[in-house]
Amino acid sequence: MDILVMIVSTFITAVFTENIVFYYTYGICPFLGVSQKSKTAIGMGLTVILVITISSILSYIIYTYLLIPFELEYLQILLFILIIASLVQLMEVFMKRFVPALYKGLGIYLPLVTTNCAVLGTANAVVTKGFIFVETVFYSLFIGVGFLLALILMSGIRERLEKADVPKSFKGLPLALIAAGIMAMAFSGLSGLNFFG
Amino acid sequence: MKAKNLILEGIVTNNPIFIMVLGMCPVLGITNTLNNAFWLGVSTCFVLILSNFIISLVGKIIPDKVRIPCYIIIIATLTTLIDMLIRKFLPGIYTQIGRFIQIIVVNCIILARAEAFAASNEPKWALLDGVSVGAGYLLGLFILGLLREFLGAGEIAGINVLPEFSGIQIFSIPAGAFIMLAILMAIYNYIKAKIEKKQKIKKALLRKAAQTAQGGKA
Repeated sequence: MDILVMIVSTFITAVFTENIVFYYTYGICPFLGVSQKSKTAIGMGLTVILVITISSILSYIIYTYLLIPFELEYLQILLFILIIASLVQLMEVFMKRFVPALYKGLGIYLPLVTTNCAVLGTANAVVTKGFIFVETVFYSLFIGVGFLLALILMSGIRERLEKADVPKSFKGLPLALIAAGIMAMAFSGLSGLNFFG
Repeated sequence: MKAKNLILEGIVTNNPIFIMVLGMCPVLGITNTLNNAFWLGVSTCFVLILSNFIISLVGKIIPDKVRIPCYIIIIATLTTLIDMLIRKFLPGIYTQIGRFIQIIVVNCIILARAEAFAASNEPKWALLDGVSVGAGYLLGLFILGLLREFLGAGEIAGINVLPEFSGIQIFSIPAGAFIMLAILMAIYNYIKAKIEKKQKIKKALLRKAAQTAQGGKA
């Protein structure tokens, strides 16, 4: 029962009240860059879920069992970025070889994920928050889900916005940013949510 | 001449925040107060300038195929350095902006400048490019920080300037950052469009004058 409560509360925190895009403001570049079409948004979102989850778990394991015992915490940034970069490379090779269908769908987004600060940000967050292993797994998974949700919502709005008649200086990015701002307001309204507190 | 162009490009015509739209995460996340925005800007400048310089020095030695991982390692080392410095000397600031200092390493501006400019230019130009792009970034952060702190809390750099005005809460949370940035971008676009229009008219007038002068001669 305890674990169920933990999963649900982690889900609500990671997806809604502390959404990676609207609360932490991580991963803004892909959020603005690939949210013009729903299809690309979903592809990018799914790739990010995959990479965030695996890289956070790996970072957590390396941090807890290698860096802490040897007092090498200052290598955190260097090691985490190396983990993410090599993981992305490995996944590319692996997917190309064994799941070509998946590679066709998500492959083009993979290289972009390395410099997505959401991935490194989550890896940093799970070690600073002092999570246990199970929490890390679910937290990073749900953070990815939150990112996917934000991307899908945003792409839906932007597809409509393209047809809207707006002042010329607001066309494109400024308008998208305002839409994002209003969505962030809505998400911050959920921050009082606490089911199990 | 090249120096002047470079400086102008980094700060105005190719501003990293308003035109290139790179490195947006800290721009939105940390500009709630002027102090935070300033120190994050300084840290980013530090990494940007030094990484530009180092990469232009070693750019020709690094094999083409492994250049991106090498750049990332150089940038990550510099980020670790500034992370340690701020943690040691400004612990109060660090508790607020620490999580964004750690992700300077994936700030797209730094890798973009390394790849697009530093690797193929001489060290002195790379250094200048780092300074000008860094200044443009710092300027954007500074303006956002100033406006958001004033509107959000009625303060400037922690000093209360309007005692009756307690601030509009929305501007101190990320939602306000999105909206503020949108407004600034729109203003930037408006001014840019105005200037371009003026230049077009000027050009057209000059051409006309030249044509009539020629016609008069003939």
